[in-house]
Amino acid sequence: MLRVDGLTCGYGRFVAVRDLSFAAQQGEALAILGANGAGKSSTLMAIAGHVAVGGGTITFDGEDITALSPMGRCARGIALAPEGRRLFRDLTVRENLIVGGYVRDARRTDEAMARVLDLFPRLKERLDNQAGSLSGGEQQMAAIGRAMMAAPRLLLIDEVSLGLMPKNVDICYEALDALRRGGLTIVLVEQSLERVLAMADRVVVLESGRLAWTGTAAQARGNPEVLGAYMGGVRA
Amino acid sequence: MIGAYEITLVAVVSINLMLALGLNLITGFCGQVSLGHAAFFGTGAYAAALVAGGLPLPAVLLVAGLFACALGLLVGVASLRVREDFLAITTMGVGFVFVGVVRKQGFLGAEMGLTDIPDHGLGDLGFVGLCLALVALMALLTWHIKRSWMGFGFAAVADDERTARTLGINAAAYKLAAFVIGTFLAGVAGAVYAYFTRFIIPGAFGFTVSISILTMVIVGGVGSIWGVVVAAVLLTLLPEFSRVINDYKLLLYGALIVLTMRFAPGGLAGVVAAVKARVRPGGGP
Repeated sequence: MLRVDGLTCGYGRFVAVRDLSFAAQQGEALAILGANGAGKSSTLMAIAGHVAVGGGTITFDGEDITALSPMGRCARGIALAPEGRRLFRDLTVRENLIVGGYVRDARRTDEAMARVLDLFPRLKERLDNQAGSLSGGEQQMAAIGRAMMAAPRLLLIDEVSLGLMPKNVDICYEALDALRRGGLTIVLVEQSLERVLAMADRVVVLESGRLAWTGTAAQARGNPEVLGAYMGGVRA
Repeated sequence: MIGAYEITLVAVVSINLMLALGLNLITGFCGQVSLGHAAFFGTGAYAAALVAGGLPLPAVLLVAGLFACALGLLVGVASLRVREDFLAITTMGVGFVFVGVVRKQGFLGAEMGLTDIPDHGLGDLGFVGLCLALVALMALLTWHIKRSWMGFGFAAVADDERTARTLGINAAAYKLAAFVIGTFLAGVAGAVYAYFTRFIIPGAFGFTVSISILTMVIVGGVGSIWGVVVAAVLLTLLPEFSRVINDYKLLLYGALIVLTMRFAPGGLAGVVAAVKARVRPGGGP
């Protein structure tokens, strides 16, 4: 479904990711791991179309989307729940969700919102609150919900658990697991090794912008090479 | 019986309300700071003055709005290529260029402006009714936009353009739409001004007008329709009722912008929202 071949991307002269290749199949959860500055978020943002690609290709459902705008990618079924949630703070939760369904037929907005509220029942009582007034956990739920309003086939999610209470992390991961079981492909960037390895099918480990290791989540558990890259290049 | 002074008050307040509602759509709803709103106001006024002799009033209002929004579209297209802070400078430049160009155009009356603009033919009460009806229409239009898909799109682009694009929102199209609609309203306000004064000069559309309108939007609360309406009415009427305020109007406006940005960035609407939150049970310390 998603194929990244020889991806090199960055910001101006700074190259964040070099010659990275991996693929994600439909219904698979793929985790991108690495220390701070390893290029995880840059990879995700390049797939979403927000970071300039200097080389390589990104293919989605057989179509080369490397040069496609973020809007075009969204229309093809790629949604992003960005780092820091980035909800529209002055809009209510309901309005944020409506905006998330922008690329869909407006008549199907209610249907999509009902599915999001089934996924995150806590949002029901917060629908008319401004997004800026939500707790961190509620914001993450709303951010995932907003991304799901577009009925994507590929969900990119950056730092699911960052700054959240364990209970809210559980809620978010349970929702992601349910979505994955429903056939959604998920590519997630995460700092919490334990949580992500419990959910992911496969793992890509980055180190200084390059591929350091790839394999199944089961292979990654307890693997000193993965742990070394995750800790910032300190190999066991 | 309504007197000339009352008609003047209604007309001036209405024109400022129209301008403030239009600028609120561009700056408040869509987050694009414009320091040249008077240029679009002036474009509408000059367009109306030129065609008022040959067209009925509704057509004059439409033509004035269309001329202003054509200029707005041009500025909007240019604005897509500049960052937010540079957009403010760019629009300020447009305001100066407008006055500079008009001053040199013989067919626009140059420095002396255009005089003998035909009467609107509505009578005093009719003109007051027109002013109030246009303000009501514009307030309703902006209220409807704010609660529509377009309003959510504007809010998304204003808050976080990159995230908006991630969700498939065409930020450029929304920015242009805000400029086109907001400047159309300014153009109609210009036509009303031309009919009201029956003569126009370039100096009536200078930088101070742009700043005055921006002050109304900032003091009212960027993005708040009722806040901007209250601020526009107050800031238009206060100088009328106090000579001191009138003499130091620009100083007052400048101080209000600074004080609002420093102590109440949400303007009147923000202050009222904060007070409501505090008096609500369990809403405050």
